[in-house]
Amino acid sequence: MPNVTYAGQAVSVGDGGFFTDPGQWTEEMAPEIAMAEGIDQLTDRHWQVIKFMRHEYEEKGTGPTVRVLGKTSGVSIKELYQLFPKGPAKIAAKVAGIPKPRGCI
Amino acid sequence: MKQILILGGGTGGTLVANRLRRLLSPGEAEVTVVDQDDQHVYQPGLLFVPFGRADPDEITRPRHRQLRAGIGFRRAGIERVDLGSATVVLDDGAALGYDVLVVATGARLIPEETEGLDAGGWPDRVHTFYTPAGAVSLRDALAGFEGGRIAVNVVDMPIKCPVAPLEFCFLADWYFHERKIRDRVELTYVTPLDSAFTKPVASRTLGGLLADKGVGLVTEFNTGSVDTAGRPGRLVSWDGREVPFDLAVVIPLHGGAEYVTRSPGLGDELGFITVDPHTLQSAAAPNVFAIGDATGVPASKAGSVTHFEGEVLVENVVRFLGGRPLDASFDGHANCFIETGFGKALLIDFNYDTEPVTGHYPGAVGLPLLKQSRLNHLGKLMFQSFYWHGLLPGRDIPGIGSAMPERGKRGLAATRAHTTTTTTTAAGGNGAS
Repeated sequence: MPNVTYAGQAVSVGDGGFFTDPGQWTEEMAPEIAMAEGIDQLTDRHWQVIKFMRHEYEEKGTGPTVRVLGKTSGVSIKELYQLFPKGPAKIAAKVAGIPKPRGCI
Repeated sequence: MKQILILGGGTGGTLVANRLRRLLSPGEAEVTVVDQDDQHVYQPGLLFVPFGRADPDEITRPRHRQLRAGIGFRRAGIERVDLGSATVVLDDGAALGYDVLVVATGARLIPEETEGLDAGGWPDRVHTFYTPAGAVSLRDALAGFEGGRIAVNVVDMPIKCPVAPLEFCFLADWYFHERKIRDRVELTYVTPLDSAFTKPVASRTLGGLLADKGVGLVTEFNTGSVDTAGRPGRLVSWDGREVPFDLAVVIPLHGGAEYVTRSPGLGDELGFITVDPHTLQSAAAPNVFAIGDATGVPASKAGSVTHFEGEVLVENVVRFLGGRPLDASFDGHANCFIETGFGKALLIDFNYDTEPVTGHYPGAVGLPLLKQSRLNHLGKLMFQSFYWHGLLPGRDIPGIGSAMPERGKRGLAATRAHTTTTTTTAAGGNGAS
């Protein structure tokens, strides 16, 4: 399992750079992970999505799809793509330090 | 006398009703099926309608005629389910109480979630084959199509029969070959997934088939709008990419039945029922079960899955009524014939923990897996008869149980490592974006 360092802490990441242990994530790491994904500044709207991702993961054991995010996070799909242009469900999951959303069936 | 109420008289509702009626005496339980209409469509047949190889009349039969004697059939829409009082309110105002509720109302299409599509009618040059009327209008559009760009687009997962849009591409290739205009038709498959299919081994085979047949592949395309204002029309993704088309075949977003969203606690954000993936019992109420496309279990939305779920679900309804512990043996088994055109088909067989591999099914001597053959095509054609006369009445297929067989398969163990065992009940949605 490769290790990377965010905010001075070593963390384990898996395939695609997703956290394998969400417990290792801290809020201080988010800006650094976001920067690597081309997001220079995390706004309040980004944080709303990031916190929602953490909450959903704790409740359901997997990150939500972009469709579910658009329905329940309070941020529309259109805005989600503005916030996370490379793909909201994947990138927000990565920045929020949760595993890669489960593949579909 | 116990009341067993089954919502939906499609594949799952019908086979569960018939099996329960056989197992429980008339003195033990009343079994009632509710559906808003009396038209039971053999949905796998819809794929063949656009190519003139099936007609909606041939694949539709009355729902009530598929139910055994002693099963009640109530034709009404469903307003809501009240889990607290264990009642179902119908759209005619009647309220039906239940001791056990089985939700089998399938998935519905929600085109209006995509800009440019709406529930009232499909725009010019845009069609779907996921409804009988849509399949007929697509048949007419294909018949008049003399050349140009055809885009086959899956808007979002999960969808019913996730292989059907691929089969559509294969059959369209064959259809235009037969009409001797294949060289004038550009076919493109546009998917939100990162490859042709959801499972890696099968995805390589199916992606290879698309390439062999000259079908273009656009991946990770999350459709935001379908624009038919100009010519060509355009599929536009949320991240601003475009696919032009002269004719679009769109599989719209799916969700559970509408009443689910009006029934607090019953379903998830998309209206699919959250159930234990191994017992099929609802997480919200122990006397509620769900089967088939209506559930949020991480298995394909396919008739074969419904069939295999049926055995476990019926056993669990009987155990629940008897106060006994439930059987947690449903393994996510799915089994699908994939039409590849020119009279051939592939067969895939998989479950929650393993992906489709090569070999033979259901044992060393059997139908070839993940390989084109005429035998699989014949299997697919013969299945329609078994559907009406074996599956719906609740008969078992000789030699085929509900659990996925492992003998006859190659390299199965290696695929387990790639597939995560899932014990939660996500909507089966992809996280591809």
